[in-house]
Amino acid sequence: MTGPDLVAADTVERAAATAGQPQPYAELGLKQDEYEKILAILGRRPTAAELALYSVMWSEHCSYKSSKVHLRQFAEKAPPSGALLAGIGHNAGVVDIGQGYAVTFKIESHNHPSYVEPHQGAATGVGGIVRDILAMGARPIAVMDALRFGPAAAPDTARVLPGVVSGISFYGNCLGLPNIGGELDFDACYAGNPLVNALCVGVMQHGDLQVAEAHGPGNKVILFGSATGPDGVGGASVLASATFGDASAESAAKRPSVQVGDPFTEKLLIECCLELFAGGLVTGIQDLGAAGVACATTELAAAGTGGMAVRLDEVPLRDATLGPPEILMSESQERMMAVVEPGRVAEFLAVCAKWDVRAAVVGEVTGTGRLVMTWHGEPVVDIPAATAADGPVYTRPLARPAAQDELAASDPAALPRPAGGAGLRADLLALLASPGLADKSWVTDQYDRYVRGDTVLATPEDAGLIRVDEATGLGIALATDGNGRYCRLDPYLGTQLALGEAYRNVAATGARPLAVTNCLNFGSPEDPAVMWQFAEAVRGLADGCAVLGVPVTGGNVSFYNQTGTTPIHPTPVIGVLGVHDDVRRRPGIGFPAGAGPAALVLLGRTEPEFGGSAWAYVCHGHLGGRPPMPDLEAERRLAGLLAAAAAAGLLAAAHDLSEGGLAVALAESCLRGGVGCTVQLSGQLSGQLSGSLAGDPFTALFSESAGRCVVALQPGADEAFASLCAEYEVPAQNIGATGGGSLTVTDCFSVPLDELGAGHVRTLPELFG
Amino acid sequence: MTFPGSLDDRDAARAVTAAGAEPVVLWHGDRGLKGVDAVILPGGFSYGDYLRCGAIARFAPVMSDLVPAARAGLPVLGICNGFQILCEAHLLPGALTRNAGLRFINRDLPLRVENARTAWTRAYAGGERIVVPLKSGEGAYAADPGTLADLEASGAVVLRYAADNPNGSAAAIAGVCNADGNVVGLMPHPEHAVDPLTGPSADGLGFFTSVLTGVAA
Repeated sequence: MTGPDLVAADTVERAAATAGQPQPYAELGLKQDEYEKILAILGRRPTAAELALYSVMWSEHCSYKSSKVHLRQFAEKAPPSGALLAGIGHNAGVVDIGQGYAVTFKIESHNHPSYVEPHQGAATGVGGIVRDILAMGARPIAVMDALRFGPAAAPDTARVLPGVVSGISFYGNCLGLPNIGGELDFDACYAGNPLVNALCVGVMQHGDLQVAEAHGPGNKVILFGSATGPDGVGGASVLASATFGDASAESAAKRPSVQVGDPFTEKLLIECCLELFAGGLVTGIQDLGAAGVACATTELAAAGTGGMAVRLDEVPLRDATLGPPEILMSESQERMMAVVEPGRVAEFLAVCAKWDVRAAVVGEVTGTGRLVMTWHGEPVVDIPAATAADGPVYTRPLARPAAQDELAASDPAALPRPAGGAGLRADLLALLASPGLADKSWVTDQYDRYVRGDTVLATPEDAGLIRVDEATGLGIALATDGNGRYCRLDPYLGTQLALGEAYRNVAATGARPLAVTNCLNFGSPEDPAVMWQFAEAVRGLADGCAVLGVPVTGGNVSFYNQTGTTPIHPTPVIGVLGVHDDVRRRPGIGFPAGAGPAALVLLGRTEPEFGGSAWAYVCHGHLGGRPPMPDLEAERRLAGLLAAAAAAGLLAAAHDLSEGGLAVALAESCLRGGVGCTVQLSGQLSGQLSGSLAGDPFTALFSESAGRCVVALQPGADEAFASLCAEYEVPAQNIGATGGGSLTVTDCFSVPLDELGAGHVRTLPELFG
Repeated sequence: MTFPGSLDDRDAARAVTAAGAEPVVLWHGDRGLKGVDAVILPGGFSYGDYLRCGAIARFAPVMSDLVPAARAGLPVLGICNGFQILCEAHLLPGALTRNAGLRFINRDLPLRVENARTAWTRAYAGGERIVVPLKSGEGAYAADPGTLADLEASGAVVLRYAADNPNGSAAAIAGVCNADGNVVGLMPHPEHAVDPLTGPSADGLGFFTSVLTGVAA
């Protein structure tokens, strides 16, 4: 055994003998009281490897130490659901969609790595969430991503956005997973802290569910996939759990902490794992994500029998100079850890060889209750696994900031409104051309939406829709939504609005919403104002899910999203999964072309609600007042109506109303279908508007009241649809019909489709080339 | 035929089924073609597109059987990465290079069928316009001027982009064939246009029915 490795290794024996030796716990992100807690647990100072392990496991990113006390509500308030096969605490929740199929889905952030190195940061974000889904036993079948950037015209956005998009494109396309949707928005609050949230969904048969547990003393622990290198060492503690300073020099200095992705290896790993599962060769499995080997070993051990012996010198290395601490902390991509019965190891290794996947037996499950790791025979880690896996729990102080009242008092009702038809027309065109609402093809054209051949709907549709069973037409719909402006004004209501919108987007395809995942993007939990936002958002989501009858099945918390002391808008991104009984009966958002005029019906109630609206933001740079008031009971009735109407074949198109209100929704449906429409607002809307607002086209066009949808009916469906609206108690108004080459609002304005689309399509290419 | 990193293999198999034929799985590491009547090299990123797209796949064991069979007249269709492999294997002239603009492009595009006499396009009419998705990052067709002139003169240009030339291909070429018309390569994905439910049209089905009429005859 040659040299530097053995010399450098800080063994358990040595640690016991050198009690007072100073250790770099602060540099690794541990607070003093946390370090003292480690001393108390071990009864000695930790070895360098143990210190590394605790520092990553107790980081905010891995331990959820600030969020745990709040997240409990998701389980405590969960509505009864027969669809849940596995819930929070697993790598991802698993939902029964019928016909023997189960679906698992999860969304996760890769915000900080994507700011430091946009391409690799975003690419490895996709890779990580795909392995989460794979570890549940499912075949990954689609991805989505929710993105937020600084002002579209800011120079740094021109660095970050194209890099992030190319990273998602590079990794997802090469993996053969269709990208079926997501979001893209811009706001100054994300300038130094973009959000890159990646979602993956997978499908399996009920019996295929795998567990992340190491049971059965004597069973072998196998590390397989890529070799371990120095990339991403300390990523979880240094990047994900710290705030960026203002200097971009600092981001350059952190570049080595970002991992590098190899999607080809991940593709082989997927096929290899699925063959291992099919052969029944795995008793427990965990993907390696944040905190790498440290996390996989401690979590597998803690969830299982409790003991594991690992020989770190057996870990295949890409860089022979790595020692125990680096091996434990490395976030090298495309790795998995499996627990395998001794008698099946040979078969396991043969499957890996078939797929050219490297595999090494690195340890055994033990009955000792301790996680012991050796380095060339010398113990360098000897800890009770649960102490690292559980981590500290903090009840952080929270305080509603005083400025919240000031914000609420800044009522958008005082903003000057557009005068007459010409003013309304100009505001509509301004909204359509604004970066947040502009056509997203510049981004989505870089993603493969067709691969696997089961994509029925993808962006710019309301939700992604994937066929699961070719024979029956069974499918799943997925949407993510989040509105930082609404949440800034009121995190409780804003989160419910995001939930309601994702739920409505899924319903607009004719699917029945079943389950919820979330990625909670917030500033520093050490800031009481941020902690208040977080607590309100979690409470809003838990309460909202209870009303809608859909459980939260899992999620991710991303704290420390701020620049200096300025946090981002609270931005919970909510993902909703629905089941579609027959994807052939799905309305798209595009109005039907070449089929004669279709009647247009506006569903839901419209109130003058402009707080946090796209109109106030785009036309006045204003953010203030109250967000729209969600009515989740009404949302639930609307979803029931849409599913029933789609199943009965009554809908030619359906599009939810959200940012920019009815005007933007109509424009999007016209442009998607390539056909115009004529709508009458004055008088016709009086049934839905409170009395004094009858004939107020501005409110009718641009209000962002929640729980609304516009549908185009199939010929002859009017009566059947009207009776369904009555049955589901959904307010419905006929507002006009499709046809012609313009979007026309009678007695107000008319815009030819060419003009309607011109600015809409041009914005992103002009910004990003 | 599946290489490590092939992605659209199951879509190609589904298209073959939709055309009324039986798909047979061929594995890159095996020898022999299992007596099939035609071979499709699907899209994807064989061997991660490392070195150069298709450059490693051409050395796969199964290619030792495919290349002579193709030269002897076996119908072979290369889609996207499959087209790149056929060029690397010198079964088709020219090469595919990075898209103009250097970005991956996934877009439904109108194409014009320039040669409706090949084994894979005889279900179409000459000059017919079809809509099929393109999805590739290295799809810009390139060849030297002499080769391009020969291709045009001999009718070996099978498909052309009919509206925009999205990726900077020479002469807007989207697909070419060999002299006998049994080997065809194209960048767009006809297997993703066999059912309007999951694609922009059913216009791509003709590629798969074309080869069946040849086999049946």
